[in-house]
Amino acid sequence: MQPSPEKQREMLRQMQMIRRFEERASDDFHAGGIYGTVHCYIGEEASGVGVCAALNRDDQIISTHRGHGHCIAKGADLNRMMAELYGRETGYCKGKGGSMHIADFSIGMLGANGIVAGGIPIITGAGLAAQLDGTGRVAVAFFGDGASNAGPFHESINIAATWKLPVIYVCENNQWAAQTSAGTTTALPDIAARAAGYGIPGIIVDGNDVIAVYEAAVEAVARARAGEGPTLIETKTYRWRKHTELKSQLDRRPVEEVEAWKKKDPIPRFIDHIRSQQGQLTDAEWDEMDGQILAEIEASVVFAKASPFPAPEKALEDVFAD
Amino acid sequence: MKKISYAQAGAEAVAEEMRRDPKTFHLSTDAPQGLLKEFGSARVRETPITEATLTGMAIGAAGSGYRPIVNWAQVTFAFVAMDQIVNQASKIHYMFGGQVAFPMVFRAWVGGGRNRAAQHSQSPYSMFMNLAGLKIILPSTPYDMKGLLKAAIRDNNPVISFESSRLLDEVGEVPDEDYIVPLGKAEVKRQGKDVTVVAIAWMVHEALAAAEELAKEGISVEVVDPRTLAPLDKDTIRASVRKTGRLVVADEATPTASAAAEISALVTEDAQTFAALKGPVIRVCALEAPIPYTPVLEDHVFPDRRKILAAVRGLVGKK
Repeated sequence: MQPSPEKQREMLRQMQMIRRFEERASDDFHAGGIYGTVHCYIGEEASGVGVCAALNRDDQIISTHRGHGHCIAKGADLNRMMAELYGRETGYCKGKGGSMHIADFSIGMLGANGIVAGGIPIITGAGLAAQLDGTGRVAVAFFGDGASNAGPFHESINIAATWKLPVIYVCENNQWAAQTSAGTTTALPDIAARAAGYGIPGIIVDGNDVIAVYEAAVEAVARARAGEGPTLIETKTYRWRKHTELKSQLDRRPVEEVEAWKKKDPIPRFIDHIRSQQGQLTDAEWDEMDGQILAEIEASVVFAKASPFPAPEKALEDVFAD
Repeated sequence: MKKISYAQAGAEAVAEEMRRDPKTFHLSTDAPQGLLKEFGSARVRETPITEATLTGMAIGAAGSGYRPIVNWAQVTFAFVAMDQIVNQASKIHYMFGGQVAFPMVFRAWVGGGRNRAAQHSQSPYSMFMNLAGLKIILPSTPYDMKGLLKAAIRDNNPVISFESSRLLDEVGEVPDEDYIVPLGKAEVKRQGKDVTVVAIAWMVHEALAAAEELAKEGISVEVVDPRTLAPLDKDTIRASVRKTGRLVVADEATPTASAAAEISALVTEDAQTFAALKGPVIRVCALEAPIPYTPVLEDHVFPDRRKILAAVRGLVGKK
């Protein structure tokens, strides 16, 4: 079922917000205001937005090192995200996490995570908590094709399938694990085919088609809420930028391959869809939406830069909970 | 007071805390049948042998309002879960800026003396002590076992309960009523004035036996049991050394970068305590080898009361 026109507008807004946020985050990283590194999700926006559009606020997700998109799709606050990238006291993690560890437990975002496959067992445990609570909440693991070759992927799905936990495993197959192509490390091209080994549905969707992703997620969520257990969804997609924004980061991907995927840009594709289905969204409306997004991003940078750094002695706070 | 074993004390602690708090649940391979019968299969999960994923699941459930208890069985298997322990459990509260608490307990046997060879006779607690963000208990008696484990389950942080495999059948008095032993509090197990022996787990019993024998020779030994390895109770340990002026640290782990090394350092780096020392700090630990299987070799590698006796006699100048 198609989302409502209003919802589609919101999904489009989120996709463009992710893109603009990361364009700014990479620019500011290269300019020196943001530390460490930044991993960009640009090109994959339809995957996170399509899945999160099928979720409620209290549903939980977990992300990867490439986490900004999932944060925004789940409804995270831009100011607090940008302030975290800038290492400020007002950031989501009070400047202790940075780009790779943004979390917002109040909206069910259980964190970006620097360990490939590390988040999969954690969100499976959130799924166990959801089952024990019995309120119909679901939990979603976002991870890449690289993580699908690691042990926790298999261990977690086996447990979730055996206990019928309300978890949706979303493999965002961008086809490159850092600099290594999935084809050189993975025996079969489709990660979703592995679902058969656990007796759960394995769904392949075009990860650059936000409506297709949404529809697959809606079905998986309904199944999870009904107590029928997990689903493995593989969204076939591609990241436009290098693995990280580090200057030293090499990129072995063929230029033609990157350019071919840029032609499959999920955002114009979604705009075309909205226009063909609803006859709405004029160029002027789209420009206005993009302008508002850019203004919000600019405001988040202003907020971040105006925020204080944490006092050095705060380094010893939060090691333990009270 | 009743008399129960160290293993029973641990089981009672878990059952009582699960009765007390409906947010607790239990994950382990081979679910304890008593727990399963009392609390049912929703809260007492019989799991595949996947320590890494069980550990990660505990983190996710803890961050969602639960108090999971995971039994790794032996510390050997905790190594399979090292990513989740090191990269996730110990850091997740901090790196997310303290947004929510992650209360969870992991239980594992440590120690040798059971002829189980290299893999299943390890005492690697210092590897975990090195991680800021974890609390670690290691009880030496049924009383401490029950009280510390109950405190661990009520704590709002990840706590590892290391439990000595040599002491599982050790019987001791335990109160009938509810009690806890607070984390981070050492106990002076025997008062003395000439030498302090800080001893861990099974070595507490060896130290007490040595102290009894040394008393006959006119040497008064104070035995201090840290009970919690992280955070260590520096004050009690230093106070004892300031009183006696001599320190032996006894542990069945190997000495390099160990709990015994840490205890030695916290005594010697404190100026007032250092000034009170009348001799070198002596560590009585395992020899530096993987633990061998056959008894004659295993007994040679592990420290025992005879080595404590020799260390104390040496410190006070008696042969």
